[in-house]
Amino acid sequence: MSTHTLRAKHRRSALRTLAFLSPWLIGFSVFFAYPLLSTVYFSFMHYDGFKPPAWTGTKNWTYVFEHYPFFWPALRNTLWLVLVMVTLRVAFGLGVGLLITKIKTGTGVFRTLFYLPYLAPPVAATMAFAFLLNPGTGPVNEILAKAGLPTPGWFNDPAWSKPALTLLALWGIGDLMVIFMAALLDVPKEQYEAAELDGATPWQRFRYVTLPNISPIVMFAIVTGVIQTMQYYTQPLIAGKVASGVIQGAGTQFEPGYPDKSTLTLPQLVYNLGFQRFDYGSACVVALVLFALSMAFTALLMRRRGGLIQAGDR
Amino acid sequence: MTQVLDKPLELKAPPSPAERTAHRRALLEWIAIHSLGIAAALFFTLPFVFVFLTSLMSDTQALSRDLIPHTWEWANYRKVFDTPGFLTWWRNTLFYAFLGTALTVVSSIPVAYALAKFRFRGRNLALMLVISMMMLPPQVIIIPMYLFWAKQLDLSGTLWPLIIPMAFGDAFSIFLLRQFLTTIPDEYLDAARVDGCGDLRTLLKVVLPMAKPGIAAVALFQFFYAWNDYFGPQIYASENPGAWTLSYGLESFKGAHHTDWNLTMAATVLVMAPVILVFFFAQKAFVEGVTLTGVKG
Repeated sequence: MSTHTLRAKHRRSALRTLAFLSPWLIGFSVFFAYPLLSTVYFSFMHYDGFKPPAWTGTKNWTYVFEHYPFFWPALRNTLWLVLVMVTLRVAFGLGVGLLITKIKTGTGVFRTLFYLPYLAPPVAATMAFAFLLNPGTGPVNEILAKAGLPTPGWFNDPAWSKPALTLLALWGIGDLMVIFMAALLDVPKEQYEAAELDGATPWQRFRYVTLPNISPIVMFAIVTGVIQTMQYYTQPLIAGKVASGVIQGAGTQFEPGYPDKSTLTLPQLVYNLGFQRFDYGSACVVALVLFALSMAFTALLMRRRGGLIQAGDR
Repeated sequence: MTQVLDKPLELKAPPSPAERTAHRRALLEWIAIHSLGIAAALFFTLPFVFVFLTSLMSDTQALSRDLIPHTWEWANYRKVFDTPGFLTWWRNTLFYAFLGTALTVVSSIPVAYALAKFRFRGRNLALMLVISMMMLPPQVIIIPMYLFWAKQLDLSGTLWPLIIPMAFGDAFSIFLLRQFLTTIPDEYLDAARVDGCGDLRTLLKVVLPMAKPGIAAVALFQFFYAWNDYFGPQIYASENPGAWTLSYGLESFKGAHHTDWNLTMAATVLVMAPVILVFFFAQKAFVEGVTLTGVKG
């Protein structure tokens, strides 16, 4: 008797699970699995949206890697952003997190002020920085000039456009600050007391107590930072558009990456190839490169042992 | 160490020289840290201040190097509101943000609950797929998605291609809710079951009331996502100004007024302000949510 009811029970519980998961199962199939496979398919097709797709073998791939003038600059910029922007963001986030845990008077006010820029909508924040860093009349160069310091061209100078974007990214450090703050407050107090008894200097306390305790969070911040860099789209695009003075009404063309390809990122290439050049096949090639890069870092995030996001049972 | 400062006057015995130096060190440290804090606060707030001040300048002054307005032109804000389309963008953004958020929350809760509390084969795999979807740049699948919505369903020029998928669970919301739901002890669910509650009733009557902070955080994140989204409206709505959102329209506003920094900054303030207002009302839920995403499973 029991095997029968047991099986019925199992079936019921499987159905229950299926029912609860059903929105996501549909979402996963229609908005993830299908388009992903479709992207692979189109990467081998010539397709402009009008004539039916035609097989071209690896032509799109060789075009993107060998002839498309934006691909390598975009990849180099991505590397620059990973090395400089992500590193500085993690260091600055940790610094601001440390600072906020040390502030004893008006902590709440400071925390809110430090956090607010993170919330500024990207388009609005980028516009604001394009204005602030505007080489002609912007307040930043005005202040730098008064202080007798050099006044860079910021978003209008290929050498300064990425540093300007980095400044914008450091301004919106709120997310990392909160994460680091939580991690710092979790470090056991006894360890600090023990270190102090041993006569450790503040630097030694940071190096041998704080850092080992928060290293998983530092890793988390670095890896998610790299993943976010793969998605970096709105800020460099708007900065380029505003600085170049070419702002579209509907349908106007803008060659991305102003000035001199220095703000190109991979997601912008998908837009450029697909929606400005109507070369859907080559757009899919870039999309797959983007996919491979982000999944590689996501895998790093989920590694089974010592993974940063533990997916399984504990 | 810095605690000393809170009650320096309670010391009974005259302080020894060693105590006095320790005291002085604590005071210096307090001053150093709070000066640094003020410097940082200036870095974070001055951009807002300059943007706001410029938004109140006259047209000619906005082109000068001045930092502070001579005359306070509050009428700039009126002009922004009178710009053709601005109110439409506003309405579209609210529509997208509210409807999208509601759909996301309703569709993500059961999925997150199943991933957090049901035991079934493939659960880890499902969770890993959710995380992968969450990390995927939207550009990766945009070509087939666009062809699907535009060529097969003829929905380009509307915001529906952005709203409809939200009825089928959003990966980030599912993940964040799942993180939150795992912290609810199983005993509550067992107790509900003993009382004869089915799964759905347990979810609605027991779990949801306990998960309110998590749900609030997810709703806020999703609302901000929709409010800030630029890429989505750029792909699907660009051809029809009647479907533009604030984030998308703001850029074209700059185009139409490209030398009027004062008006552009006023529009910028108007796009930023609602987000910041919402934040002040829901600060706690929001910060909790940010922490939750960084905390290990």
